[in-house]
Amino acid sequence: MEDLIISVLKRALIAGTPLLLGTLGEITAERSGILNLGVEGMMSLGAISGFMVTFATGNPYLGLAVSVLAGAAFSLIHSFVSVTLKANQVVSGLALTMTGLGVSGMLGKSYIGRPLSVKMMPVELPLLHRIPFAGEVLFSQDIYFYLSIILGVILWFVLRHTKAGIAVRSVGENPKAAESQGIRVSAVRYACVAVGGAFAGMAGSHISIAYSKSWIEGITVGRGWIVIALTIFAMWNPLRAFYGAFLFGGIFVLQYILQPLGISPNLLAMLPYVTTLGILVLYGIGRDAQRRMHAPAMLGEAYHKDER
Amino acid sequence: MNRYRINIQRRHIVTPFESAGVFTGSILAGFAAIGVLFLLKGVNPFQAFYKIFAGSFFSVYGIKETITKAIPLILIASGLTVVFRSKFWNIGAESQLLMGAVFTGWVGLNLGPVLPGPVLVPAMILAGFLGGAIWALPPAYLKVRFGINEVISTLMFNYIAAEIVKYLVVGPWKGETQHGYPYTDDLPAHGILAQLPGSRIHFVTLILAVIAALVLWYLLFRTRFGYEVRVIGENHEAAKYAGIGFTRTTLLMMAVSGGVAGIAGFGELAGIHYHLTYPDAISGGYGFTAIIVAWLAKLNPLFVIFAGLFFAGIVVGGDAIQISFGLPAATVQVFNGVLLIFLIMGDYFLHHRVRIEKTAKNLGDV
Repeated sequence: MEDLIISVLKRALIAGTPLLLGTLGEITAERSGILNLGVEGMMSLGAISGFMVTFATGNPYLGLAVSVLAGAAFSLIHSFVSVTLKANQVVSGLALTMTGLGVSGMLGKSYIGRPLSVKMMPVELPLLHRIPFAGEVLFSQDIYFYLSIILGVILWFVLRHTKAGIAVRSVGENPKAAESQGIRVSAVRYACVAVGGAFAGMAGSHISIAYSKSWIEGITVGRGWIVIALTIFAMWNPLRAFYGAFLFGGIFVLQYILQPLGISPNLLAMLPYVTTLGILVLYGIGRDAQRRMHAPAMLGEAYHKDER
Repeated sequence: MNRYRINIQRRHIVTPFESAGVFTGSILAGFAAIGVLFLLKGVNPFQAFYKIFAGSFFSVYGIKETITKAIPLILIASGLTVVFRSKFWNIGAESQLLMGAVFTGWVGLNLGPVLPGPVLVPAMILAGFLGGAIWALPPAYLKVRFGINEVISTLMFNYIAAEIVKYLVVGPWKGETQHGYPYTDDLPAHGILAQLPGSRIHFVTLILAVIAALVLWYLLFRTRFGYEVRVIGENHEAAKYAGIGFTRTTLLMMAVSGGVAGIAGFGELAGIHYHLTYPDAISGGYGFTAIIVAWLAKLNPLFVIFAGLFFAGIVVGGDAIQISFGLPAATVQVFNGVLLIFLIMGDYFLHHRVRIEKTAKNLGDV
């Protein structure tokens, strides 16, 4: 029984890792006022670029690094279109998703049915992994998991307690005032979107080189969209993203646990999507009090320097 | 030394000539970008583009297939123009089509034996519309009641509908006459739409698609409802002061948008497949491709007819280049995404005059 619990928790954390990484990224972008609906596309591109590099070099760490760069580079399209050209962020993000899914499909075509010979292996942290129970669950994971926790805490600290964090938040809340303080609104937004892209790219390569080790078209199966819901659920707070992401990881695992009970796998596969809606409804019920306090005031609005 | 700088000014008056120029320029630039992607993939872009348009427009077979695939695109995209005008981003047409097909299938299979053809087909059309509308309403309600982002909710509904359809075709609705395939039984013969001889064009749905585009154009530009939809999109606050019922308008326009997508589902089921099967085979990405069709048509249902044919051509030609260049099905998504990016970039250049000019020799002279 204990083995089962350990295995379930461990798998929930693994399944939650890409969701956490993606959510941290989207929180960064949205805090600066830019809604990026391209997460699914950036993830997908991260997944294929990480996979290709790992396939070619046999080094999954190199795959991870490249996926981070690929995600960040790809996100620049969204910054250019929505920050510089001030286009509608919803449409731009959707276009980014379509492009990312399409390009990664093109790149991945020849890899279908050819699994990696090496994948990202778990790393047991010295001493810590010997702690009963927690050692097995928390300290025998792969580097993505450790990075997601560390980066999450760093992001929380930076946003909350540093000058850079204040700059990001003020750009998302009141760009005009931020600019009068000498903050370069566009530069901050470009940087935040790029950080978001880097996180999404990393989340993607987790799916292709740690979680699974094969490439299939549409490998992200909507995780990029769940990330956007989790960002709202987390109220744009990196620490709250931890609960949301790992809770969802648990729901992904739950599908496999419930399957032997004779419930249709198709009905179980709906769970994450139904839960996403459920969470948004729960959040929506108390929205007026909470949302006004937490959502960046200028989320989704382009900043027109010279007007008004 | 001369210096150069970029001078950007807002354009307040845009002539139709400028508008057409920017539009054409955006499309050409989009194709150029896609060409670069093809080059990187080792595919000669000129050959690929030639093959695409040759596959879809230069042969009788190609034209027939293009028209066949334009049917669902025109239906869905005309509906999307309405909701997009009010800045309500319905990304769920894919599943609204599926639910239209599910409802159509239920009526066809269960009422087919008792209803004669002239009653059955209209009943199936109505069922298709209802299926799509019913599936489109919850996201609209969630938006107006709880402020839930419709992009997320309509997408979640896509995933949920796909699983429902899979569940039905391998489970309770699995056909007894289909040799174990994940299909429902075929619709009765009098519920199957006639095709133009030698093609797959189910003309009943084609006529419905053109009518839908015309009716939705009228609705959008000649009725109070359409006016309200547009005001909500252009200025939400003003809409409130003008006494426009946001809730009622949103629910109504989503019922219409989902409903016409549902009719597309009716067409795919009764005109192409004759039975329900795996969701990818039924909806085939039409719901997403229709987004770019709507945008290409500048959110005008009349133009959707042409944009729909154009993009149906890319879908048909895309199938052709998959085979000859070893490209994946996702290639069409590249066209969707890249052209959409360039079209929205074009809007900026339509409203701003961007010029690179020489500045005076010394900055002090300016």
